[in-house]
Amino acid sequence: MEIALQQIVNGLTIGAFYALIALGYTMVYGIIRLINFAHGDIYAVGAFVGFSTYGLLALLHVESPILTTLLALVVSMGLTGLLGTLVYRVAYRPLLHARLSILISAIGASLTLEYSLLLIYSPSFLVYPHLFGRAGPSFAGVSVSWLQILIFVSSIVLMAAIYFIVNRTKTGMAMRALAINQDAARLMGVNVSRVISFTFFLGSTLASFAGVLTGLYYSQISFLMGFLIGLKAFTAAVLGGIGNIPGAVVGGFMLGILESLAAGYYSSRWKDVVAFAVLILVLVVRPRGLLGERVVERM
Amino acid sequence: MKTRSGQSRPLLPTALAAVAVAAAITLPIFGTSYLIDVGTLVLVYVMLGLGLNIVVGFAGLLDLGYAAFFAIGAYTTAYFMVNNHMSFWLTLPIAACFTAVSGIIIGGPTLRMRSDYLAIVTLGFGEIVRIAATNFNFTGGPEGIYDMPHAQIGAFVLRTPAHLYVLGIAFSLVVLFGSYNLSRSRLGRAWLAIREDEAAAQAAGIHPVYYKLLAYVLGAIFAGAAGSFFAVKLTAINPSSFTFIQSVTILMVIILGGRGSLPGVILGAAVIVILPEVLRGIDQYRMLAFGVGLIVLMLLRPQGLWPSRYGRIEAREVALSEAEAHAGVAAGASAADSAATGASS
Repeated sequence: MEIALQQIVNGLTIGAFYALIALGYTMVYGIIRLINFAHGDIYAVGAFVGFSTYGLLALLHVESPILTTLLALVVSMGLTGLLGTLVYRVAYRPLLHARLSILISAIGASLTLEYSLLLIYSPSFLVYPHLFGRAGPSFAGVSVSWLQILIFVSSIVLMAAIYFIVNRTKTGMAMRALAINQDAARLMGVNVSRVISFTFFLGSTLASFAGVLTGLYYSQISFLMGFLIGLKAFTAAVLGGIGNIPGAVVGGFMLGILESLAAGYYSSRWKDVVAFAVLILVLVVRPRGLLGERVVERM
Repeated sequence: MKTRSGQSRPLLPTALAAVAVAAAITLPIFGTSYLIDVGTLVLVYVMLGLGLNIVVGFAGLLDLGYAAFFAIGAYTTAYFMVNNHMSFWLTLPIAACFTAVSGIIIGGPTLRMRSDYLAIVTLGFGEIVRIAATNFNFTGGPEGIYDMPHAQIGAFVLRTPAHLYVLGIAFSLVVLFGSYNLSRSRLGRAWLAIREDEAAAQAAGIHPVYYKLLAYVLGAIFAGAAGSFFAVKLTAINPSSFTFIQSVTILMVIILGGRGSLPGVILGAAVIVILPEVLRGIDQYRMLAFGVGLIVLMLLRPQGLWPSRYGRIEAREVALSEAEAHAGVAAGASAADSAATGASS
């Protein structure tokens, strides 16, 4: 039982990362029906920008862990958000109506980001600053670190903010209108390209937030870190029902917990297989996901 | 040979193709063993490209885990040749069975889904196969299977690069011939119909899932054959040859060459293998150039370097229908405008 609880705590942490990244996938997919392959790499870029910010702040002798982390998050979210918008404008916007070509372009964008990171930073792992350690309270034999609590709480706050933006603001309304019918939205005066750009910006900020936090949590980053987690976050989005915002959150946490349990009870070498097997099963049994609506194949 | 419009083919591509064929034939006689090895690798990608071309080019399904079938073929041949001392030729039908069965298992339930979901499922399948090959014992784990015997024809051992190159040419010709006949057959036309308009194809009596599954399984068998050849060429295989990047590389072969176009696939395979060899000096920029190149290619030439005839027709018609749609929207908008001004005045 203790193992299970411990793994669930770990799973909630990893699940928070999955959920944050899955939100980006699900928002973009909901609006332009694109599997944004570069999204995992946007997350990696976020981690690296955070890494640079920490390095810069250390040079300037800013020591407070809370202040540096706050700054690293803000800088990383801003820059990575802009990068996400740039990727959309350059690689996706001209191809919005070519289904296969835009996917290939997305794979190209993913490789471009990965290997730019390799060339700019390093082909090997980089060590993130150890700011928070592993200390924390423990309940009934289950230890929880302060960092895990921070990750969980801040992610929930961010997800709530996204929910608010999408459901309670004018831009959010435009996003939802676009998801339903792009042409109708355009005729109603929605600036389609701007709203899509904003969606990419939002998704990328969430991913970079997760990137900086994973850097702190695992204390190492690499240029390929976005590939696998991106794949699994997409799995999470599909699991919850792609295009559905609460679905991405639920899917993310479920996948995180499932994977941690598999690692704890069976073997961590097979945990990725569990994730992909779950994906295939869900798509076969319930293609619209746990909370999703039925999506019709576009003609 | 005449094209549809009655004009003769442009001279330059024909001449280049003739030079390429001549080079391919004389390579084992005049080439160094390094050049022959590069040539053999081109042939591996020709086979893989032609196989994936059935899935992506003919049937229009996006497969991002194609390396999985390549891996299954390679591991089947390697396993039986090392552990059961089976002849290379006997492992071929076994590899075909294994890849076909795995194609049915993964394609059967998933080919009904949205096409971009299929891309993700195949991607997941590709990763599962690679991770499984890394973790199982009978696949030799991360080191893979090595010390394979050479292939034999009777008592003749295929040992040198030139022997393997000729074997590769034979394999490629079979695959090419098969692809060509498939593209001209009733089956090929059914795939084309599905790719262009699934609903219309269904209305015309084509069962989409059945034909898609057929394309998927045939593609899988082609990859299995390529894998068997790859294993016997290297006499050692390990999971690092079957990554997601490998799947993307095979996909690039056909996107680069032109989806659905057989000469395009061969051209794409040559470019994909030879370009990195030429660029060896700037090895670290290779993948970056790959990525940027993909985006640029899609933006400038979404149909590939040597598009298929059908692709060209399709492109023209899409352009036409888009022009019509724009005209329609513009007309509608101006009508709405005049209605609005009429109401306000």
